[in-house]
Amino acid sequence: MDHTDLTQYLDYALIAMLLAVGFAIVRLRNLFAVVMLTGVYSLLSAAWFVSLDAVDVAFTEAAVGAGISTVLMLGAMLLTARESEPAGAKRHWAALAVVVAAGAALFFAIPDMPVYGDPDSPANSYVGMDYMTSTPNEIAVPNVVTAVLASYRGYDTFGETVVIFTAALGVMLLLGFGTGRREEEEEEDDHEEGKA
Amino acid sequence: MSPHLILRVVSKLLIPMIVVFGFYVQFHGDYGPGGGFQAGVIIAAAVILYALIFGMDEARKAIPPVVARYGAALGVLIYAGVGVATLFMGGAGEPLNFLDYDALHPDQGHHTGQHYGILLVELGVLTTVASVMLAIFYAFAGRVPDIPEEEW
Repeated sequence: MDHTDLTQYLDYALIAMLLAVGFAIVRLRNLFAVVMLTGVYSLLSAAWFVSLDAVDVAFTEAAVGAGISTVLMLGAMLLTARESEPAGAKRHWAALAVVVAAGAALFFAIPDMPVYGDPDSPANSYVGMDYMTSTPNEIAVPNVVTAVLASYRGYDTFGETVVIFTAALGVMLLLGFGTGRREEEEEEDDHEEGKA
Repeated sequence: MSPHLILRVVSKLLIPMIVVFGFYVQFHGDYGPGGGFQAGVIIAAAVILYALIFGMDEARKAIPPVVARYGAALGVLIYAGVGVATLFMGGAGEPLNFLDYDALHPDQGHHTGQHYGILLVELGVLTTVASVMLAIFYAFAGRVPDIPEEEW
């Protein structure tokens, strides 16, 4: 294939938009706008994942990142302030040094990365290729991702399900069941105590 | 009369389609992208959209928080139950393995057991993920008053 892949320009455009949204999130003080922009950020990353053929991840990012976590952040924002405190004018030189060093290390590592879609890359050559070749014979499910997730790595997925369950458990222990009754009852109790 | 008429009409049209799409993602997961995690989140997003547009009380009437609470545990139980079932259903002399779906059905040629196992396990994932997302949303939203008019 000698002609250039046009979708790479779509990727560049999406990454540029991600950068712009990221800077906007850092600069803005209005928390409502920040929450909305994080949703936009997730939606843009989902579009980018689709362009990279990671449709499963894109699904999850669009639904969780752009949908549910935006709503949860809005709920959290309603519980706190609408504006963030202005950051101090003090420059954090140590933080800048750490960020620059980490960024330089990442750029240093770029030449070692396999080319996108490289069939000889580590991710595609060892276990990944085994799954690709043996799924039709052992699982007989067309979607290899599902075969790996639910069957080959069923034990791991069980662990993930338990982790999600534990997350809900933690939130419910901290915030209550959200039945909407407890707060009203507490208010009534407060009133009664006030009268007494 | 309630405000946000356009939002209500549009979301009334959209919510059933979101749920149907969620089930499509769930049951087509063997053939295309998607699965229990994605489907669960999509279905929870539909209920959350309903709660945002029609208010928390209506949403609590439609899907009570107690359902989300029990559903979160039920999904994990379904998943673990499949694993325990495979332990009991293994043939004589075969090694018994937790979540070894081949034990679920004797038809080894077509791997029917694998299909059953993946379907059931994904059902457990769907139940847990959808319920957990809803439970977390209820827990957050239960502490916040409904969004006041001037916020829209």
